[in-house]
Amino acid sequence: MSYVTGVGLTPFGKLPGRTTLDLMSEAAAAALADAQLQRADVDGLLCAYSTTFPHLMLSTTFVEHFGLRPTYAHGVLVGGATGFAMAMLAHTLVESGVARNVLVVAGENRLTAQTRDAAVQTLAQVGHADYEVPLGATIPAYYALVASRYMHEHGTTEADLAELAVLMRRNAVNHPGAQFRDPITTHDVLASKPIASPLKLLDCCPVSDGGVAFVVGREPTSGFRVRIRGAGQAHTHQYVSGAPSLTEFGAKASVERARESAGITLSDVRCAAIYDSFTITLTILLEEIGLAPRGQAGTAARAGYFDRDGRLPLNTHGGLLSYGHCGAGGAMAHLAEMHHQMTGRAGARQVKDASLALLHGDGGVLSSHVSLVMEAQ
Amino acid sequence: MTQASRVPDWTTGGAGIAFQSCSACGERWYFRRGFCPRCGSTPPVDRQATGQGTVHAATLVTRAPSEELRAHAPYLIVLVDADEGFRLMAHGAPQLRIGQRVRCRFVSFAGRLIPYFDPA
Repeated sequence: MSYVTGVGLTPFGKLPGRTTLDLMSEAAAAALADAQLQRADVDGLLCAYSTTFPHLMLSTTFVEHFGLRPTYAHGVLVGGATGFAMAMLAHTLVESGVARNVLVVAGENRLTAQTRDAAVQTLAQVGHADYEVPLGATIPAYYALVASRYMHEHGTTEADLAELAVLMRRNAVNHPGAQFRDPITTHDVLASKPIASPLKLLDCCPVSDGGVAFVVGREPTSGFRVRIRGAGQAHTHQYVSGAPSLTEFGAKASVERARESAGITLSDVRCAAIYDSFTITLTILLEEIGLAPRGQAGTAARAGYFDRDGRLPLNTHGGLLSYGHCGAGGAMAHLAEMHHQMTGRAGARQVKDASLALLHGDGGVLSSHVSLVMEAQ
Repeated sequence: MTQASRVPDWTTGGAGIAFQSCSACGERWYFRRGFCPRCGSTPPVDRQATGQGTVHAATLVTRAPSEELRAHAPYLIVLVDADEGFRLMAHGAPQLRIGQRVRCRFVSFAGRLIPYFDPA
């Protein structure tokens, strides 16, 4: 058993003048304060990566910078799935007795440290350097290929995808830290600038600056009693050209492993935090996991099923699509939001029942999957 | 990368599509390597694709990643299921649709030859 004893989350968006280490430090300090811990209490450290600060040893760089003396520290790299992979590892380290309080940190000045072209080109490198990148492919293009096939097989429309962007924005309106807080309509999404068909600008998450951290501990150190009850993973490929299928990925297997380790069924889940780098990502993950029938995620969103007061509140902070995406920290904001929900601190976004939550992230092009089951006690 | 394919391949400047197969288990794959990714047998056999296949997925890229490529945008990126039993990424004629039969030629894109599919 492990507890998420504290979380720290910066606003996402344009945070000029702050480096990767600044954003990591800000988030880490907030998480330690939230967990009522001092630096000396941290005996485990897990760090992600930063594309704007690609250091070979980010964890020990952070050890020195932030002033830690952990007995266990290293980095983790599985793209967008990194945050939940670190949560799962921290949970495992705590359960196995390797560490008592594991600090998990990610941050990146991805928006202000570089041009948009540079960000697009760096991210495109998750594709194959010889067989894909030379074709002018980008991350939106990889996901757009998946979208074209998935929509062909399951009848999903662009208007269905747009519903999820609208929902994420509706949620972000109530979070002061969100990058985008102006309400949008499905018409706005459909009319937004084409990026890689069928994906338009508002189907894509933004590039953001931001930092997120949390502490996973053996026992509650604060008043919060939020457990990680189970976790699971699945990894099937890296490149979209080599994916076994463009309509079935590792999400289902990953969630089933997490569910089994937690001893729950899907119907026990009261709210969800699901990776939403693009509207198609969220659609596929919801439908493959079984939180919506195939081809029906947009319809369910339109009917209010995923609303704050709906049957299954989803990404109540606005997700990657509207809270923002700063790299590995992007999905960690989903976890921080879930912690705020489970501890009754979500303010205008508070859901009625956050007692049991499913979290799921993916990295690459639906390549790497990690799922978590969190529980409020 | 593993040593260059012995058959012409666009990733090394040739006007062709190379793939590999395993003489032990029959697996066929696209990304060059020195062993079979299914059974581990060595060495794999280098083979030449005919360039015929079926469109599996397609996207029209409007937002190119660099100034150099913006001159080419919009361009259609496709995943094609080659008749030989592997999947590849390439460019294609803008009107291509999923399920359509296609045939490959080679065109210049940003200073290199790339596979480009037209309706068969």
